[in-house]
Amino acid sequence: MATITQVQEIPQDEYAKHGLTKEKLRDMLRKMLIIRKFEEKVEELFIVKGLLIGPSHLYLGQESIAVGAMMALHPEDLTVTTYRGHGHALAKDVPANLCMAELFGKSTGNCKGLGGSMHVAIYPKTGSLYATAIVGSGIPITAGVGLGLKQRGSKQIAATFFGDGACNTGAFHEGMNLIALWKLPVLLFCENNQYAMSTPVKLAVSSPSIAERARSYGMETMVVSGNDVVAVYVAAKSAAERARRESMPTFLECLTYKMKGHGVYDKGEYRPKEEVAKWLERDPIATFKKRLLNEKIMTTIEIDDVEKSTRQEIEDSVNFATRGSPLPFDQIMNYVYME
Amino acid sequence: MKELTYADALREALREEMTRDPNVILLGEEIGVFNGVYKVTRGLLDEFGPHRVRDTPISEAAIAGAAVGLALAGMKPVAEIMYMDFLPICMDQLSTQAAKMRFMSGGQLNVPMVLRTQYSLGRQHGSQHSQFTPAWFLQVPGMKVVLPSDPSDAKGLLKSSIRDPNPVLFVESGLLYRTKGPVPEEDYTVPLGEASVKKKGDDVTIVAVSRMVIESLAAAKMLEADGISAEVVDLRTLQPLDLNTISESVKRTSRLIIASDDVKRGGIGSEISASVTETCFDYLDAPITRVACPDTPIPFSPSLEQQYMPNAGRVIQAVKEVVGR
Repeated sequence: MATITQVQEIPQDEYAKHGLTKEKLRDMLRKMLIIRKFEEKVEELFIVKGLLIGPSHLYLGQESIAVGAMMALHPEDLTVTTYRGHGHALAKDVPANLCMAELFGKSTGNCKGLGGSMHVAIYPKTGSLYATAIVGSGIPITAGVGLGLKQRGSKQIAATFFGDGACNTGAFHEGMNLIALWKLPVLLFCENNQYAMSTPVKLAVSSPSIAERARSYGMETMVVSGNDVVAVYVAAKSAAERARRESMPTFLECLTYKMKGHGVYDKGEYRPKEEVAKWLERDPIATFKKRLLNEKIMTTIEIDDVEKSTRQEIEDSVNFATRGSPLPFDQIMNYVYME
Repeated sequence: MKELTYADALREALREEMTRDPNVILLGEEIGVFNGVYKVTRGLLDEFGPHRVRDTPISEAAIAGAAVGLALAGMKPVAEIMYMDFLPICMDQLSTQAAKMRFMSGGQLNVPMVLRTQYSLGRQHGSQHSQFTPAWFLQVPGMKVVLPSDPSDAKGLLKSSIRDPNPVLFVESGLLYRTKGPVPEEDYTVPLGEASVKKKGDDVTIVAVSRMVIESLAAAKMLEADGISAEVVDLRTLQPLDLNTISESVKRTSRLIIASDDVKRGGIGSEISASVTETCFDYLDAPITRVACPDTPIPFSPSLEQQYMPNAGRVIQAVKEVVGR
């Protein structure tokens, strides 16, 4: 019988117990800051400078999930993510330069400017296999990826990321069933950020919880304190081990919150002010910094240095992006079919 | 040459490609233990085992989605969707995922998958189990669409489809599974994107698709008695569309009939007609004419269905109108 396990925030004095070295913890902070600086820059480029256009879905406030998850995975593991994918891409080591150039629609982007913001997490070179802009569609695809890996006797596993909204699509249910039925080496990260666009979970999900729904497929399920990068890491690590060792899937409902609205132009004003304030107090980066300082893992000066270097890396990515040019139009035909 | 049915030829293609490449795997509803609803996969489970011939639940979106994922993970999936009418259930995975992945990723990804399906017009399966809708995929760049009409092409085209690095929709005709024809003994493939002139002729070109190739060949034979020489071009692949072979033929005959089992409005004939008008306008001596189904759902009643379906008689009638005899 599948169970639901709660993974609460992990106190800082337990970090060592979970095998988290100072180096690894610093790396976690650095990766979260890269995403934070990237997203803040993207927001500025859209709203203040007007240099970016089109839909773009920020990952602000959810950095802990992508970073905790990716650090628990092996570099060669394969991910399938979504249109809210800047964070997944950066956490899975897609270079910020390529991501930014992709957002600018330049041929120097990882998808040559043909994909854009919603597909920026497509970079198979680092295992960032695919990013879909259709809600729920990545789950059956991940079933196939997991089946392929299992069939070939690979040591790799597959992980997919999606929001709470995906759990009400048919593709979710069909995909969940196959993954559980065929015991595929797949981790499913449901980033429950409380709203599908503007619709709150309680107005969209009939089950007592999303985790309950996952468990009903006979899948081991965890409810994770998603704003704690270490909690996500610890949960993901045990799930990844199970997938690798026993070829068994795990569903991880990571509870979190969008700091901003659905897309870059959405201010999220439909949300109660008190609710927003409560979650902003749990900003995954601010709280993690505090813990690193308390535990004397990093000093204020060291943290400032990381802030500075990550900000610079993102400034450099904007320069890289603006230097590039779009693909010549007559070349787009070359990307439809493979010869 | 040996004599095989259309279904047996398809099975030979699957078996040969599975033997040749261990990454080729089959998945779909009832394809293993039950041997396939139309027995195309008969015996393959016993021969290759349940990991290579995988029975699935009734989950078309997941079948197609899993095929996409398998292809991304380096496998060569051949998925089966039992009826063409079930394609809309997995349309997102085909048109919005598989077909666009190479493009959207700037060439980083490719999706070498085949999705086999069949249409059962003419078998009294009613409105929801008989439709023939390949024209939908004309709006889906990135997808190849293959429609064989005889056993030899069925085998050769399926082998090419499995070896192709792109997503391929492979549409079989339910009415043709039991038809027989000569198939080469030796290993061969039929390239995708090349139409085939199945009968030479001078007075009119009939471009036909799938089952209507058989009807058009029968029509052409009967027209000979009236002194009319019809050329029959089997389209074989709708995408890529071999406009060149069609145009060359039309330039000689100056008349074009397009015969297919889909609804006439917005169908295969509409696209070919528009394309030929653009390339061959000066050569045409008569209006391009479509022989297809009426713009209604498919009726169940056997006698109504017979009236609904295009056939050799309707092709003959259309030919006589355009040649003016």
